[in-house]
Amino acid sequence: MMDFWNRHFECMDRDNLKSVQSERLRETIDRVYFNVPFYRSRMQEAGLGPESIRSIDDISKLPFTTKNDLRDNYPFGLFAVPMSEIVRLHASSGTTGKPTVVGYTRNDISTWSEVMARTLTCAGANRHDFIQIAYGYGLFTGGLGLHYGGEKIGASVIPVSGGNTSRQLQLMRDFGTTVLACTPSYALYLAEAIHESGISLDDLKLKAGVFGAEPWTENMRREIENKLKIKAIDIYGLSEVIGPGVASECMVQDGLHINEDHFYPEIIDPETLKPLPEGATGELVFTTLTKEGLPLIRYRTRDLTKLNFKKCSCGRTMVRMDKCLGRSDDMLIIRGVNLFPSQIETVLLDIKEINPHYRIIVDRINNLDTLELQVEVDDEFFQDKISQLQSLREKLQNNLESATGLGIKVTLVEPKTIERSEGKAKRVIDKRIY
Amino acid sequence: MIINQLSVFLENKSGRIAEVLEVLGNENIRITALSIADTSEFGLLRLIVSDPEKARAILKEHHFTVNISDVISVMAPDEAKYYAKILKILSDLEISVEYTYAFSTGKKSIIILRCTDNESAITALKDHEMELLKASDLYKI
Repeated sequence: MMDFWNRHFECMDRDNLKSVQSERLRETIDRVYFNVPFYRSRMQEAGLGPESIRSIDDISKLPFTTKNDLRDNYPFGLFAVPMSEIVRLHASSGTTGKPTVVGYTRNDISTWSEVMARTLTCAGANRHDFIQIAYGYGLFTGGLGLHYGGEKIGASVIPVSGGNTSRQLQLMRDFGTTVLACTPSYALYLAEAIHESGISLDDLKLKAGVFGAEPWTENMRREIENKLKIKAIDIYGLSEVIGPGVASECMVQDGLHINEDHFYPEIIDPETLKPLPEGATGELVFTTLTKEGLPLIRYRTRDLTKLNFKKCSCGRTMVRMDKCLGRSDDMLIIRGVNLFPSQIETVLLDIKEINPHYRIIVDRINNLDTLELQVEVDDEFFQDKISQLQSLREKLQNNLESATGLGIKVTLVEPKTIERSEGKAKRVIDKRIY
Repeated sequence: MIINQLSVFLENKSGRIAEVLEVLGNENIRITALSIADTSEFGLLRLIVSDPEKARAILKEHHFTVNISDVISVMAPDEAKYYAKILKILSDLEISVEYTYAFSTGKKSIIILRCTDNESAITALKDHEMELLKASDLYKI
Protein backbone atom coordinates (compact mmCIF):
# COMPACT_ATOMS: atom_id res chain seq x y z
CA MET A 1 0.00 0.00 0.00
CA MET A 2 1.46 3.28 -1.15
CA ASP A 3 1.16 6.36 1.03
CA PHE A 4 1.15 9.95 -0.10
CA TRP A 5 1.84 13.02 1.98
CA ASN A 6 -0.25 15.26 -0.27
CA ARG A 7 -2.37 13.14 -2.62
CA HIS A 8 -4.16 16.24 -3.96
CA PHE A 9 -1.04 17.65 -5.60
CA GLU A 10 1.12 14.55 -6.00
CA CYS A 11 -1.57 12.71 -7.98
CA MET A 12 -3.18 15.72 -9.63
CA ASP A 13 -4.52 15.41 -13.17
CA ARG A 14 -1.89 16.98 -15.43
CA ASP A 15 -4.33 19.48 -17.01
CA ASN A 16 -5.26 20.76 -13.57
CA LEU A 17 -1.59 20.82 -12.62
CA LYS A 18 -0.89 22.99 -15.65
CA SER A 19 -3.42 25.58 -14.56
CA VAL A 20 -1.96 25.58 -11.03
CA GLN A 21 1.50 26.09 -12.53
CA SER A 22 0.29 28.87 -14.84
CA GLU A 23 -1.37 30.76 -12.01
CA ARG A 24 1.66 30.38 -9.74
CA LEU A 25 4.04 31.44 -12.51
CA ARG A 26 2.06 34.64 -13.08
CA GLU A 27 2.25 35.42 -9.35
CA THR A 28 5.97 34.71 -9.31
CA ILE A 29 6.60 36.94 -12.34
CA ASP A 30 4.66 39.76 -10.70
CA ARG A 31 6.73 39.40 -7.56
CA VAL A 32 10.11 39.37 -9.26
CA TYR A 33 9.23 42.10 -11.77
CA PHE A 34 8.19 44.54 -9.10
CA ASN A 35 10.60 43.53 -6.32
CA VAL A 36 13.87 42.46 -7.94
CA PRO A 37 15.59 45.09 -10.14
CA PHE A 38 17.76 42.38 -11.72
CA TYR A 39 14.76 40.45 -13.07
CA ARG A 40 12.91 43.61 -14.10
CA SER A 41 15.81 44.83 -16.23
CA ARG A 42 16.40 41.36 -17.70
CA MET A 43 12.74 41.17 -18.69
CA GLN A 44 12.73 44.71 -20.07
CA GLU A 45 15.80 43.93 -22.16
CA ALA A 46 13.90 40.97 -23.60
CA GLY A 47 10.90 43.25 -24.30
CA LEU A 48 8.77 41.51 -21.67
CA GLY A 49 6.42 42.84 -19.03
CA PRO A 50 4.45 40.89 -16.41
CA GLU A 51 1.50 40.77 -18.84
CA SER A 52 3.63 38.89 -21.41
CA ILE A 53 3.47 35.75 -19.27
CA ARG A 54 -0.07 34.36 -19.35
CA SER A 55 0.49 30.65 -18.92
CA ILE A 56 3.23 28.15 -18.16
CA ASP A 57 3.73 27.75 -21.93
CA ASP A 58 5.07 31.33 -22.07
CA ILE A 59 7.94 30.37 -19.79
CA SER A 60 10.35 29.85 -22.69
CA LYS A 61 10.17 33.58 -23.48
CA LEU A 62 11.91 34.38 -20.18
CA PRO A 63 15.68 34.85 -19.87
CA PHE A 64 17.77 32.30 -17.96
CA THR A 65 19.35 32.82 -14.56
CA THR A 66 22.75 31.33 -13.68
CA LYS A 67 24.94 30.79 -10.64
CA ASN A 68 26.99 33.75 -11.90
CA ASP A 69 23.94 36.00 -11.54
CA LEU A 70 23.66 34.92 -7.91
CA ARG A 71 27.34 35.68 -7.42
CA ASP A 72 27.09 39.08 -9.11
CA ASN A 73 24.26 39.97 -6.77
CA TYR A 74 25.96 38.60 -3.66
CA PRO A 75 24.76 38.33 -0.99
CA PHE A 76 21.09 39.38 -1.04
CA GLY A 77 20.63 41.19 -4.38
CA LEU A 78 18.13 38.71 -5.85
CA PHE A 79 15.92 38.47 -2.78
CA ALA A 80 12.34 39.50 -3.51
CA VAL A 81 11.32 40.44 0.03
CA PRO A 82 12.70 42.87 2.63
CA MET A 83 15.27 41.22 4.94
CA SER A 84 12.79 41.55 7.80
CA GLU A 85 10.77 38.79 6.09
CA ILE A 86 13.77 36.44 5.83
CA VAL A 87 13.92 33.92 8.67
CA ARG A 88 16.77 31.71 7.46
CA LEU A 89 19.93 31.96 5.37
CA HIS A 90 21.86 29.07 3.86
CA ALA A 91 24.92 29.18 1.63
CA SER A 92 26.85 26.86 -0.63
CA SER A 93 30.23 27.21 -2.27
CA GLY A 94 30.40 29.38 -5.36
CA THR A 95 32.72 29.39 -8.35
CA THR A 96 35.18 31.99 -7.12
CA GLY A 97 35.17 31.71 -3.40
CA LYS A 98 32.01 33.75 -2.84
CA PRO A 99 29.26 31.50 -1.56
CA THR A 100 25.83 31.30 -3.14
CA VAL A 101 23.40 32.65 -0.57
CA VAL A 102 19.76 31.61 -0.30
CA GLY A 103 17.14 33.22 1.94
CA TYR A 104 13.86 31.71 3.15
CA THR A 105 10.72 33.41 4.39
CA ARG A 106 8.51 31.69 6.95
CA ASN A 107 6.35 30.44 4.06
CA ASP A 108 9.43 29.15 2.24
CA ILE A 109 10.40 27.10 5.29
CA SER A 110 6.87 25.75 5.34
CA THR A 111 7.07 24.85 1.61
CA TRP A 112 10.41 23.21 2.20
CA SER A 113 9.01 21.16 5.10
CA GLU A 114 6.08 20.17 2.86
CA VAL A 115 8.24 18.91 -0.02
CA MET A 116 10.56 17.13 2.40
CA ALA A 117 7.53 15.51 4.04
CA ARG A 118 6.55 14.24 0.57
CA THR A 119 10.11 12.99 0.05
CA LEU A 120 10.19 11.05 3.30
CA THR A 121 6.71 9.66 2.67
CA CYS A 122 7.94 8.55 -0.77
CA ALA A 123 10.58 6.52 1.07
CA GLY A 124 7.87 4.89 3.19
CA ALA A 125 8.50 6.92 6.34
CA ASN A 126 5.77 8.05 8.74
CA ARG A 127 5.19 9.21 12.32
CA HIS A 128 6.31 5.85 13.70
CA ASP A 129 9.79 6.10 12.21
CA PHE A 130 13.12 7.12 13.72
CA ILE A 131 15.02 9.18 11.18
CA GLN A 132 18.75 9.49 11.68
CA ILE A 133 20.01 12.55 9.84
CA ALA A 134 23.67 12.10 9.04
CA TYR A 135 23.76 14.94 6.53
CA GLY A 136 25.75 17.94 7.69
CA TYR A 137 23.83 20.58 9.63
CA GLY A 138 24.76 24.22 9.21
CA LEU A 139 24.97 26.39 6.11
CA PHE A 140 24.58 23.26 3.96
CA THR A 141 20.86 22.66 3.31
CA GLY A 142 21.03 18.85 3.68
CA GLY A 143 20.75 18.49 7.46
CA LEU A 144 18.07 21.08 8.23
CA GLY A 145 16.04 20.24 5.12
CA LEU A 146 15.65 16.62 6.20
CA HIS A 147 15.14 17.72 9.78
CA TYR A 148 12.10 19.91 9.08
CA GLY A 149 10.60 17.25 6.79
CA GLY A 150 11.09 14.60 9.46
CA GLU A 151 9.38 16.71 12.10
CA LYS A 152 6.57 17.58 9.69
CA ILE A 153 5.62 13.93 9.22
CA GLY A 154 5.84 13.45 12.98
CA ALA A 155 8.76 11.03 12.96
CA SER A 156 11.32 10.97 15.76
CA VAL A 157 14.20 12.94 14.32
CA ILE A 158 17.78 12.18 15.39
CA PRO A 159 19.86 15.22 14.35
CA VAL A 160 23.25 13.55 14.64
CA SER A 161 24.75 15.44 11.63
CA GLY A 162 27.66 14.06 9.58
CA GLY A 163 30.76 12.23 10.75
CA ASN A 164 31.61 10.49 14.05
CA THR A 165 30.89 7.04 12.69
CA SER A 166 31.05 5.18 16.00
CA ARG A 167 28.39 7.45 17.47
CA GLN A 168 26.27 6.97 14.35
CA LEU A 169 26.37 3.21 14.91
CA GLN A 170 25.63 3.48 18.59
CA LEU A 171 22.57 5.69 18.08
CA MET A 172 21.41 3.56 15.17
CA ARG A 173 21.38 0.50 17.37
CA ASP A 174 20.29 2.00 20.70
CA PHE A 175 17.53 4.28 19.34
CA GLY A 176 16.34 1.80 16.74
CA THR A 177 16.81 4.02 13.70
CA THR A 178 14.51 2.98 10.86
CA VAL A 179 15.38 5.57 8.21
CA LEU A 180 18.90 6.80 7.45
CA ALA A 181 19.51 10.09 5.63
CA CYS A 182 23.00 10.87 4.31
CA THR A 183 25.10 10.89 1.15
CA PRO A 184 25.19 7.50 -0.63
CA SER A 185 28.95 7.24 -0.17
CA TYR A 186 28.59 7.76 3.57
CA ALA A 187 25.84 5.12 3.62
CA LEU A 188 28.29 2.64 2.13
CA TYR A 189 30.95 3.71 4.58
CA LEU A 190 28.52 3.18 7.47
CA ALA A 191 27.52 -0.22 6.05
CA GLU A 192 31.13 -1.33 6.19
CA ALA A 193 31.64 0.16 9.63
CA ILE A 194 28.61 -1.81 10.87
CA HIS A 195 30.06 -4.97 9.41
CA GLU A 196 33.47 -4.35 10.98
CA SER A 197 32.06 -3.44 14.39
CA GLY A 198 30.42 -6.84 14.63
CA ILE A 199 26.92 -5.36 14.98
CA SER A 200 24.47 -7.74 13.36
CA LEU A 201 21.82 -6.34 11.03
CA ASP A 202 19.33 -8.18 13.28
CA ASP A 203 20.23 -5.71 16.06
CA LEU A 204 19.21 -2.84 13.79
CA LYS A 205 15.80 -1.75 12.57
CA LEU A 206 16.82 0.05 9.41
CA LYS A 207 14.31 -0.27 6.60
CA ALA A 208 15.01 2.64 4.25
CA GLY A 209 17.54 5.32 3.40
CA VAL A 210 17.16 8.66 1.63
CA PHE A 211 20.41 9.38 -0.12
CA GLY A 212 21.44 12.36 -2.22
CA ALA A 213 23.70 15.42 -2.60
CA GLU A 214 26.07 13.54 -4.90
CA PRO A 215 25.80 11.35 -8.01
CA TRP A 216 25.59 7.58 -7.55
CA THR A 217 24.90 4.60 -9.74
CA GLU A 218 22.55 1.65 -9.77
CA ASN A 219 25.50 -0.49 -8.70
CA MET A 220 26.02 1.62 -5.61
CA ARG A 221 22.33 1.38 -4.88
CA ARG A 222 22.39 -2.42 -5.07
CA GLU A 223 25.44 -2.54 -2.85
CA ILE A 224 23.84 -0.31 -0.20
CA GLU A 225 20.57 -2.25 -0.35
CA ASN A 226 22.35 -5.60 -0.03
CA LYS A 227 24.70 -4.57 2.73
CA LEU A 228 22.10 -2.78 4.86
CA LYS A 229 19.02 -4.75 3.78
CA ILE A 230 17.11 -1.54 3.17
CA LYS A 231 15.33 0.26 0.36
CA ALA A 232 17.69 2.98 -0.93
CA ILE A 233 15.83 6.03 -2.23
CA ASP A 234 17.52 8.66 -4.40
CA ILE A 235 16.66 12.25 -3.57
CA TYR A 236 17.60 15.40 -5.49
CA GLY A 237 17.81 19.06 -4.67
CA LEU A 238 20.01 22.11 -4.85
CA SER A 239 20.20 24.91 -2.36
CA GLU A 240 19.45 27.64 -4.93
CA VAL A 241 16.07 26.06 -5.69
CA ILE A 242 15.29 25.13 -2.05
CA GLY A 243 17.70 22.38 -0.95
CA PRO A 244 16.73 18.70 -0.75
CA GLY A 245 13.06 18.18 -1.58
CA VAL A 246 13.10 19.24 -5.21
CA ALA A 247 12.62 15.64 -6.37
CA SER A 248 12.56 12.16 -4.88
CA GLU A 249 12.15 8.58 -5.96
CA CYS A 250 9.16 6.62 -4.74
CA MET A 251 9.23 2.94 -3.76
CA VAL A 252 9.00 2.03 -7.47
CA GLN A 253 12.52 3.45 -7.90
CA ASP A 254 11.98 4.38 -11.53
CA GLY A 255 12.89 8.07 -11.70
CA LEU A 256 12.62 10.94 -9.24
CA HIS A 257 9.26 12.72 -8.92
CA ILE A 258 9.76 16.45 -9.18
CA ASN A 259 7.52 18.53 -6.92
CA GLU A 260 6.23 20.32 -9.99
CA ASP A 261 3.62 22.39 -8.22
CA HIS A 262 6.54 24.25 -6.59
CA PHE A 263 9.45 23.82 -9.03
CA TYR A 264 8.81 23.86 -12.76
CA PRO A 265 11.37 21.82 -14.73
CA GLU A 266 12.53 22.25 -18.32
CA ILE A 267 15.21 20.45 -20.28
CA ILE A 268 17.32 22.60 -22.60
CA ASP A 269 20.21 22.09 -24.94
CA PRO A 270 23.15 23.60 -22.97
CA GLU A 271 24.73 24.86 -26.23
CA THR A 272 21.79 26.40 -28.11
CA LEU A 273 19.72 27.02 -24.92
CA LYS A 274 16.61 25.84 -26.83
CA PRO A 275 14.05 23.72 -24.96
CA LEU A 276 14.31 20.04 -25.87
CA PRO A 277 11.37 17.72 -26.55
CA GLU A 278 10.03 15.31 -23.95
CA GLY A 279 12.42 12.44 -23.26
CA ALA A 280 15.54 14.15 -24.66
CA THR A 281 18.62 14.43 -22.45
CA GLY A 282 19.80 17.95 -21.71
CA GLU A 283 20.37 20.48 -18.96
CA LEU A 284 17.78 20.71 -16.22
CA VAL A 285 16.36 24.21 -15.65
CA PHE A 286 14.07 25.18 -12.76
CA THR A 287 11.62 28.00 -12.19
CA THR A 288 10.35 28.26 -8.64
CA LEU A 289 6.57 28.74 -8.54
CA THR A 290 5.95 29.52 -4.87
CA LYS A 291 9.19 30.72 -3.36
CA GLU A 292 9.14 34.18 -1.77
CA GLY A 293 12.64 34.86 -0.46
CA LEU A 294 14.67 33.91 -3.50
CA PRO A 295 12.44 33.16 -6.48
CA LEU A 296 14.42 31.84 -9.43
CA ILE A 297 13.41 32.20 -13.05
CA ARG A 298 14.71 29.53 -15.43
CA TYR A 299 17.69 28.73 -13.26
CA ARG A 300 20.30 26.62 -15.03
CA THR A 301 21.25 23.74 -12.72
CA ARG A 302 24.00 22.42 -15.05
CA ASP A 303 22.79 18.91 -14.22
CA LEU A 304 22.16 16.69 -17.23
CA THR A 305 19.09 14.46 -17.21
CA LYS A 306 15.81 13.72 -18.99
CA LEU A 307 12.13 13.85 -18.04
CA ASN A 308 9.41 11.22 -18.15
CA PHE A 309 5.81 12.49 -18.01
CA LYS A 310 4.10 9.08 -17.83
CA LYS A 311 2.04 8.39 -14.75
CA CYS A 312 4.04 6.29 -12.29
CA SER A 313 2.76 2.94 -11.04
CA CYS A 314 2.87 4.42 -7.52
CA GLY A 315 -0.06 6.64 -8.56
CA ARG A 316 1.84 9.91 -8.65
CA THR A 317 1.41 12.06 -11.76
CA MET A 318 4.36 14.33 -11.02
CA VAL A 319 6.97 14.19 -13.78
CA ARG A 320 9.97 11.97 -13.15
CA MET A 321 13.58 12.93 -13.83
CA ASP A 322 16.32 10.37 -14.38
CA LYS A 323 19.29 10.12 -12.08
CA CYS A 324 21.60 12.95 -13.16
CA LEU A 325 24.01 11.77 -15.82
CA GLY A 326 26.65 14.42 -15.38
CA ARG A 327 27.16 18.16 -15.55
CA SER A 328 27.34 20.71 -18.32
CA ASP A 329 30.04 22.56 -16.39
CA ASP A 330 33.13 21.40 -14.51
CA MET A 331 31.69 21.32 -11.00
CA LEU A 332 32.76 18.36 -8.88
CA ILE A 333 30.83 17.00 -5.94
CA ILE A 334 33.18 15.84 -3.21
CA ARG A 335 31.63 14.28 -0.11
CA GLY A 336 28.47 16.25 -0.94
CA VAL A 337 30.38 19.55 -1.19
CA ASN A 338 30.44 21.45 -4.49
CA LEU A 339 33.87 22.21 -5.84
CA PHE A 340 34.81 24.17 -8.93
CA PRO A 341 38.36 23.84 -10.28
CA SER A 342 38.40 27.64 -10.54
CA GLN A 343 38.32 27.84 -6.72
CA ILE A 344 41.59 25.91 -6.65
CA GLU A 345 43.04 28.08 -9.40
CA THR A 346 42.32 31.23 -7.39
CA VAL A 347 44.30 29.84 -4.45
CA LEU A 348 47.21 28.83 -6.69
CA LEU A 349 47.43 32.26 -8.32
CA ASP A 350 48.10 33.78 -4.90
CA ILE A 351 51.14 31.59 -4.32
CA LYS A 352 54.09 32.64 -6.44
CA GLU A 353 56.26 29.60 -5.66
CA ILE A 354 53.88 27.41 -7.63
CA ASN A 355 53.21 27.24 -11.36
CA PRO A 356 49.56 27.66 -12.23
CA HIS A 357 49.65 24.21 -13.82
CA TYR A 358 47.78 21.74 -11.73
CA ARG A 359 45.90 18.47 -11.85
CA ILE A 360 43.12 17.35 -9.54
CA ILE A 361 42.78 13.64 -8.91
CA VAL A 362 39.51 12.51 -7.39
CA ASP A 363 39.15 8.99 -6.10
CA ARG A 364 36.98 7.04 -3.75
CA ILE A 365 38.86 5.06 -1.15
CA ASN A 366 36.87 3.03 1.41
CA ASN A 367 33.76 4.74 0.06
CA LEU A 368 35.00 8.20 0.93
CA ASP A 369 35.97 10.69 -1.73
CA THR A 370 39.60 11.74 -1.73
CA LEU A 371 41.14 14.74 -3.44
CA GLU A 372 44.72 15.12 -4.49
CA LEU A 373 46.11 18.27 -6.04
CA GLN A 374 49.31 17.94 -8.02
CA VAL A 375 51.20 21.18 -8.60
CA GLU A 376 54.52 21.99 -10.16
CA VAL A 377 57.23 23.70 -8.16
CA ASP A 378 58.32 26.90 -9.88
CA ASP A 379 61.94 26.85 -11.03
CA GLU A 380 62.54 30.44 -9.94
CA PHE A 381 61.51 29.82 -6.37
CA PHE A 382 62.98 26.41 -5.86
CA GLN A 383 65.57 26.33 -3.11
CA ASP A 384 67.73 23.70 -1.61
CA LYS A 385 65.57 23.23 1.48
CA ILE A 386 63.25 20.41 2.41
CA SER A 387 61.64 22.56 5.09
CA GLN A 388 60.82 25.26 2.57
CA LEU A 389 59.12 22.76 0.27
CA GLN A 390 57.20 21.24 3.14
CA SER A 391 55.99 24.56 4.45
CA LEU A 392 54.93 25.47 0.94
CA ARG A 393 52.86 22.29 0.86
CA GLU A 394 51.30 23.05 4.23
CA LYS A 395 50.50 26.62 3.24
CA LEU A 396 48.79 25.37 0.10
CA GLN A 397 46.80 22.78 2.02
CA ASN A 398 45.65 25.36 4.55
CA ASN A 399 44.70 27.94 1.93
CA LEU A 400 42.82 25.31 -0.06
CA GLU A 401 40.95 24.10 2.97
CA SER A 402 39.81 27.57 3.93
CA ALA A 403 38.79 28.38 0.35
CA THR A 404 36.91 25.16 -0.38
CA GLY A 405 36.04 23.65 2.99
CA LEU A 406 37.64 20.42 1.84
CA GLY A 407 40.77 18.64 2.97
CA ILE A 408 42.97 18.35 -0.11
CA LYS A 409 46.21 16.44 -0.23
CA VAL A 410 48.86 18.45 -2.05
CA THR A 411 51.61 16.71 -3.98
CA LEU A 412 54.52 18.69 -5.40
CA VAL A 413 55.58 17.38 -8.76
CA GLU A 414 58.41 18.09 -11.16
CA PRO A 415 57.90 20.78 -13.76
CA LYS A 416 56.43 19.87 -17.13
CA THR A 417 54.98 16.66 -15.75
CA ILE A 418 51.49 18.10 -16.00
CA GLU A 419 50.24 17.98 -19.52
CA ARG A 420 50.04 21.31 -21.38
CA SER A 421 47.36 21.59 -23.94
CA GLU A 422 46.40 24.13 -26.54
CA GLY A 423 42.72 23.87 -25.86
CA LYS A 424 40.95 23.17 -22.61
CA ALA A 425 43.43 21.40 -20.38
CA LYS A 426 42.35 18.19 -18.71
CA ARG A 427 42.60 19.43 -15.15
CA VAL A 428 40.49 16.84 -13.42
CA ILE A 429 40.94 13.11 -13.33
CA ASP A 430 37.94 11.54 -11.66
CA LYS A 431 38.64 7.90 -10.88
CA ARG A 432 35.43 7.37 -8.95
CA ILE A 433 33.09 4.76 -10.34
CA TYR A 434 29.49 5.81 -10.05
CA MET B 1 85.86 28.79 -0.18
CA ILE B 2 82.21 28.73 -1.15
CA ILE B 3 81.36 25.72 -3.24
CA ASN B 4 78.48 25.61 -5.67
CA GLN B 5 76.30 22.62 -5.13
CA LEU B 6 73.49 21.54 -7.45
CA SER B 7 70.11 20.65 -5.95
CA VAL B 8 67.59 18.83 -8.09
CA PHE B 9 63.94 18.42 -7.11
CA LEU B 10 62.73 14.89 -7.74
CA GLU B 11 59.42 13.18 -7.26
CA ASN B 12 59.64 9.80 -5.62
CA LYS B 13 59.47 7.85 -8.83
CA SER B 14 61.76 5.01 -9.72
CA GLY B 15 64.39 5.77 -12.33
CA ARG B 16 64.58 9.52 -11.74
CA ILE B 17 68.05 9.57 -10.16
CA ALA B 18 69.37 7.39 -12.97
CA GLU B 19 67.98 9.88 -15.50
CA VAL B 20 69.80 12.79 -13.85
CA LEU B 21 73.06 10.89 -13.79
CA GLU B 22 72.67 9.74 -17.36
CA VAL B 23 72.09 13.28 -18.58
CA LEU B 24 75.19 14.52 -16.75
CA GLY B 25 77.26 11.53 -17.81
CA ASN B 26 76.46 12.09 -21.47
CA GLU B 27 77.93 15.58 -21.18
CA ASN B 28 81.06 14.39 -19.36
CA ILE B 29 80.20 16.16 -16.14
CA ARG B 30 82.12 14.61 -13.23
CA ILE B 31 80.38 14.07 -9.93
CA THR B 32 82.50 14.39 -6.79
CA ALA B 33 79.81 13.97 -4.21
CA LEU B 34 76.13 13.06 -4.12
CA SER B 35 73.54 12.86 -1.39
CA ILE B 36 69.77 12.60 -1.20
CA ALA B 37 67.34 14.11 1.24
CA ASP B 38 63.93 12.54 0.94
CA THR B 39 60.44 12.85 2.32
CA SER B 40 57.61 10.44 1.69
CA GLU B 41 56.64 12.36 -1.42
CA PHE B 42 59.63 14.04 -2.95
CA GLY B 43 63.37 14.19 -2.67
CA LEU B 44 66.26 16.56 -3.16
CA LEU B 45 69.31 15.27 -4.95
CA ARG B 46 72.43 17.24 -4.02
CA LEU B 47 75.48 17.05 -6.23
CA ILE B 48 78.94 18.51 -6.33
CA VAL B 49 80.04 18.43 -9.93
CA SER B 50 82.95 19.59 -12.06
CA ASP B 51 81.04 22.34 -13.89
CA PRO B 52 77.95 23.41 -11.91
CA GLU B 53 76.77 26.12 -14.34
CA LYS B 54 76.97 23.82 -17.33
CA ALA B 55 75.33 21.01 -15.38
CA ARG B 56 72.49 23.30 -14.36
CA ALA B 57 71.90 24.39 -17.97
CA ILE B 58 71.85 20.80 -19.20
CA LEU B 59 69.44 19.66 -16.50
CA LYS B 60 67.13 22.61 -17.18
CA GLU B 61 67.08 21.65 -20.83
CA HIS B 62 65.84 18.28 -19.66
CA HIS B 63 63.09 19.93 -17.58
CA PHE B 64 64.51 19.28 -14.16
CA THR B 65 64.00 21.83 -11.40
CA VAL B 66 67.54 22.79 -10.43
CA ASN B 67 69.02 25.27 -8.05
CA ILE B 68 72.60 26.14 -7.16
CA SER B 69 73.27 26.60 -3.50
CA ASP B 70 76.34 27.44 -1.47
CA VAL B 71 78.06 24.92 0.74
CA ILE B 72 81.47 24.72 2.35
CA SER B 73 83.85 21.80 2.49
CA VAL B 74 86.43 20.78 5.07
CA MET B 75 89.13 18.13 4.83
CA ALA B 76 89.93 16.38 8.10
CA PRO B 77 91.56 13.17 9.27
CA ASP B 78 89.23 10.24 8.82
CA GLU B 79 88.12 9.99 12.44
CA ALA B 80 84.78 10.80 14.02
CA LYS B 81 86.31 13.07 16.64
CA TYR B 82 87.42 15.54 13.97
CA TYR B 83 83.91 15.69 12.49
CA ALA B 84 82.60 16.24 16.01
CA LYS B 85 85.10 19.00 16.62
CA ILE B 86 84.04 20.85 13.47
CA LEU B 87 80.41 20.71 14.46
CA LYS B 88 81.25 21.82 18.00
CA ILE B 89 83.12 24.89 16.71
CA LEU B 90 80.03 25.91 14.77
CA SER B 91 77.52 25.20 17.52
CA ASP B 92 79.59 27.16 20.05
CA LEU B 93 79.14 30.17 17.81
CA GLU B 94 75.46 29.37 17.33
CA ILE B 95 75.92 28.78 13.64
CA SER B 96 73.31 26.21 12.63
CA VAL B 97 74.10 23.42 10.25
CA GLU B 98 71.19 22.88 7.89
CA TYR B 99 72.64 19.63 6.65
CA THR B 100 75.94 17.91 6.25
CA TYR B 101 77.32 14.83 4.57
CA ALA B 102 80.77 13.35 4.28
CA PHE B 103 82.78 10.79 2.46
CA SER B 104 86.12 9.18 3.08
CA THR B 105 89.08 9.07 0.74
CA GLY B 106 91.07 6.73 2.94
CA LYS B 107 93.16 8.65 5.45
CA LYS B 108 91.23 11.83 4.98
CA SER B 109 87.58 12.54 4.89
CA ILE B 110 85.79 15.29 3.05
CA ILE B 111 82.97 16.98 4.90
CA ILE B 112 80.34 19.10 3.18
CA LEU B 113 78.34 21.56 5.29
CA ARG B 114 75.49 23.89 4.61
CA CYS B 115 75.22 26.48 7.38
CA THR B 116 72.74 29.25 8.03
CA ASP B 117 75.71 31.58 7.70
CA ASN B 118 78.39 30.05 5.53
CA GLU B 119 80.72 33.08 5.68
CA SER B 120 80.89 33.10 9.48
CA ALA B 121 81.38 29.35 9.42
CA ILE B 122 84.37 29.75 7.09
CA THR B 123 85.92 32.38 9.36
CA ALA B 124 85.35 30.28 12.47
CA LEU B 125 86.78 27.12 10.94
CA LYS B 126 89.81 29.01 9.62
CA ASP B 127 90.39 30.47 13.10
CA HIS B 128 90.58 26.90 14.38
CA GLU B 129 93.00 26.03 11.57
CA MET B 130 90.71 23.67 9.81
CA GLU B 131 91.56 22.81 6.23
CA LEU B 132 88.90 24.35 4.01
CA LEU B 133 88.69 23.18 0.44
CA LYS B 134 88.16 25.28 -2.65
CA ALA B 135 85.89 24.11 -5.43
CA SER B 136 88.89 23.38 -7.62
CA ASP B 137 90.36 21.14 -4.86
CA LEU B 138 87.18 19.13 -4.68
CA TYR B 139 86.90 18.52 -8.38
CA LYS B 140 90.40 17.01 -8.37
CA ILE B 141 89.45 14.29 -5.95
